[in-house]
Amino acid sequence: MMGEIKRVYLDNAATTMQKPPCVVEAVTAALTSFGNSGRDTGGHALDASRVIYEARCLVSDMLNLGNPKQVVFTCNSTEALNMAIRGLFQKGDHVISSVMEHNAVLRPLYDIEEEQGVSHTFIGVDEKGRLLLSDIEKHIRPETKALIFTHASNVTGNANDLMAIGKIAKAHGLLFIVDASQTAGVLPIDMKAMNIDVVAFTGHKGLYGPQGTGGMAVREGLEIRPMKSGGTGVLSYLQHQPEEMPTHLECGTMNAHSLAGLRASLNWLTKEVGIDQVHAHEIALAKRFYDGLKDLPVIHFYGDYDTDQRAAIVSLNIGDYDSSEVSDQLEGDYGISTRPGAHCAPLIHEAMGTVEQGMVRFAFSWFNTEEEVDYAIKAVRELAADV
Amino acid sequence: MRQKQLRLITTFHTTADALACEKACKAQGFSGRIIPVPRQLSAGCGLAWSCEPELEGEFAGFLKEHQVEFDEMAVILF
Repeated sequence: MMGEIKRVYLDNAATTMQKPPCVVEAVTAALTSFGNSGRDTGGHALDASRVIYEARCLVSDMLNLGNPKQVVFTCNSTEALNMAIRGLFQKGDHVISSVMEHNAVLRPLYDIEEEQGVSHTFIGVDEKGRLLLSDIEKHIRPETKALIFTHASNVTGNANDLMAIGKIAKAHGLLFIVDASQTAGVLPIDMKAMNIDVVAFTGHKGLYGPQGTGGMAVREGLEIRPMKSGGTGVLSYLQHQPEEMPTHLECGTMNAHSLAGLRASLNWLTKEVGIDQVHAHEIALAKRFYDGLKDLPVIHFYGDYDTDQRAAIVSLNIGDYDSSEVSDQLEGDYGISTRPGAHCAPLIHEAMGTVEQGMVRFAFSWFNTEEEVDYAIKAVRELAADV
Repeated sequence: MRQKQLRLITTFHTTADALACEKACKAQGFSGRIIPVPRQLSAGCGLAWSCEPELEGEFAGFLKEHQVEFDEMAVILF
């Protein structure tokens, strides 16, 4: 059986494995033609600089940021979230976040609590893992400085109402920081309409770019203390990092080769295929998968599947089987890649009561097909029949 | 060495500004090109925009109109 095994990749919430051909072509071309961006004016270096600038423009347009200079590139959203969370607050400040967050938010918050004396409150969720939105205002104190929320949980796929949270932030004069790791390129984000100050994004998931790309879009005028300093190609005799964005938060050689791939994927996503169309396909596959299994009483689903405004994630458990065991059998017997365990998001598992069992996460992409979904349904049904 | 010519040189705070300048100029048909910052303007490296000195009167307004921030503008021999 192993020699004939089908390969179906359904771990797209971790990284979209398959990329558009234009991304592969762009990275390959960059690897054989780019100099060091921003470091000289030779044609090869300028090619790199131009591509990075175009990538900034595409991100700025996608998020309605309004200024490509406010797009800072990092190696992923974790780095961007660390920069924002560690660079915005002072001793005595308080921030509000949620149990839906990934460790990319939680660990920096725990760290700044110890290191900087910045306290936090985590808003809870209901039985379907939906944020208790009405609890946010109850926890705002005089020293509260920011609301830090994921756009969508990487575990349940549930999306938060950014417009509603942004209104609360505006009404109380709070910063609003959004972790869009699961939603950049998936769900619409309008920084101006939603009153968002910082959006952290990663390039290798819903944006279909290479790993090692990501960044943050920063509202104009917001000062984030640099986490790093070093060579910028400009103002070399300044002793500290220049104040101008994006240089203020970028130093060292940029990952131009991969950013060329991100530029290509952003162009493909926003100008060729369209974010709405990609999301419609992904969510239709997720719904097909859910609908194909929901009649089985032995399967427990986590998340709200009554809406399309969510990430294309379906997380489940089969009976009381260890999620790692289920995932391993899906991989070994059926060639289906999923993600079991805690998904680097401990608090949502505590809230959903799955710390011991974990969950098996299925996440769908533009490149998955209905045939693959049907194959995954058949596989899960066969495993569930043994319970 | 080539003979020096009078050029209008614009310097920027960031590489992104220089690229924004190039993009705006290309879109509007303004001639010019990116060069290394002449040392007589700044010792701190970076990219500059070089164009005909006759543009001196209108170039700052053009950049402002296209929301391109710049540091200095000077006509020099380069």
